[in-house]
Amino acid sequence: MDVYLPIANLSVNGLVIVLLGALTGVLSGLFGVGGGFLTTPLMIFYGIPPTVAAASATTQVTGASVSGVIAHSRRGGVDYQMGGVTVVGGVLGTGLGALLFNFLESVGQIDTAINILYVVLLGTIGTLMAKESWGAIKANRSGEGRPRAAKRRHHPLVASLPLRWRFYRSGLYISPLAPLLLGMFVGILTMLMGVGGGFILVPAMLYILGMSAGVVVGTSLFNVMFVTMVSTMMHALTTKAVDIVLAALLLLGSVSGAQLGSMLAQKAKPESLRFILAAIVLLIALRMLYGLSVRPDEIFTVIPL
Amino acid sequence: MIRIGFLFAALLMLTAAREPILVPEVSQHEIQVQQGFTGTNLLLFGAVLDPAGTRAARGYDIVVVLKGPTEAVRIREKSRIGGIWVNADSTDFRSAPSFFAVAASRPVKDIVDDRTAAIYELGNDYIQLSPSGTINPEEQVRFTSGLVDLKRRKGLYKEDMHGVKLSGGVLYQARIALPSSVQTGTYTAETFAISDGRVVSSAIAKVDVRKVGFERFIEVFAQIWSFWYGLLAVALSTAMGWIAGRLFAMG
Repeated sequence: MDVYLPIANLSVNGLVIVLLGALTGVLSGLFGVGGGFLTTPLMIFYGIPPTVAAASATTQVTGASVSGVIAHSRRGGVDYQMGGVTVVGGVLGTGLGALLFNFLESVGQIDTAINILYVVLLGTIGTLMAKESWGAIKANRSGEGRPRAAKRRHHPLVASLPLRWRFYRSGLYISPLAPLLLGMFVGILTMLMGVGGGFILVPAMLYILGMSAGVVVGTSLFNVMFVTMVSTMMHALTTKAVDIVLAALLLLGSVSGAQLGSMLAQKAKPESLRFILAAIVLLIALRMLYGLSVRPDEIFTVIPL
Repeated sequence: MIRIGFLFAALLMLTAAREPILVPEVSQHEIQVQQGFTGTNLLLFGAVLDPAGTRAARGYDIVVVLKGPTEAVRIREKSRIGGIWVNADSTDFRSAPSFFAVAASRPVKDIVDDRTAAIYELGNDYIQLSPSGTINPEEQVRFTSGLVDLKRRKGLYKEDMHGVKLSGGVLYQARIALPSSVQTGTYTAETFAISDGRVVSSAIAKVDVRKVGFERFIEVFAQIWSFWYGLLAVALSTAMGWIAGRLFAMG
């Protein structure tokens, strides 16, 4: 099934793109991550220009998170108050991210910056998650209950911030500055890396903010949904690289995938899910590290002026 | 009678020194890019006639050059710095053709010398890229070959040194494949008749590659009404996500 993409300026196999979207959708429903960290590199590998890939992936992540947010809110799994705070931070972050993107692009180091970010962030988060979830799985196997109370405590730095709000659904009494800064950081990454940032948000909400596990995925999706909306607009206005046909194909796959994913998520054990996500994240980090250290296939890159 | 014979001989001598006549044609003067476009084959054909018109032109080689709209580009070169591969050097070219194809009846290097090939851009090595700024020749060669190699592997720069078929010394034809990733704009198909290492005649035909229908609409929409286009993209993704959510909730 050949489909011509009017903004990317080339013809692709539509089925491949729909399947790619479905894969992302399953990931997003299952783990609460947008899956942009997987689709963007895969689309570039398929031959779609990098900016078009990143911009259109952002649009697609919105759709995947909408259906995810709906699925999770039905089960009361979204803390709207917490989500609102991170969204405000996220919008500020996208603005900063756009400035940073332009700067890095003008000096020609955007690719390297993106790759290093992937390696450092995914590497750190993957390792932390793998360690934690493996510990939890072992504890479950040996029959002794996990020390849940200890796990729920947030990072000491969070406690030292001024001003405190009650976040009932998250079961927290912390400064709103912590989620605001977190949202801002993720917003910068959204613009820079063409990802929703769920893979940062989920672990950060769990281990830094210490939110209760039941609302983490839904709230993260809620944030991703709004922040990707803003960055789609940002791309449409500045890079003009949003390919609506490409986004629609990806969406077709991902919205169905997201539903499938969230159904699977209810059946599986959360700690095994986290372990699988950690493994995927680590694999991508290793692949990126490998890509940075060996001689690349393409020494030259061409960009229009 | 003698006078007529003399006149005829004079005419022959006169015309023998004249250029052969090239009559070029392309199979399509307009290529429409729309849904289902997966690239196309362009047939460049025509006739090369002796000016007397009584017999086939002899001893000519034909070279056709199909060139897409040019663009200004920046080429970056990666090198290993501190153990990782990063973009280091870069250079700008003011007029890199987005598409460039050469087809010839015989390898160009057998037909003309380097200088002539360079003047008429008869090959990937002779594309005039107009580098901007000061750049030493060695570096320029490196960047040029990098660009050509990259474009070649994407099917955007190509050479076919036996791509022109001559029949009866009169008719020539060359088939050039355009991939789906071609840029829109006006393409020029230039045909050269070459004899004794000299370009004796040339002719140009134009081909318009343009988006039509829905594809054209999307392109214009995204460029001119960017804000509304962005909103449409957001609305589309939200609606699709919401509908899917509702459908699965019912099921």
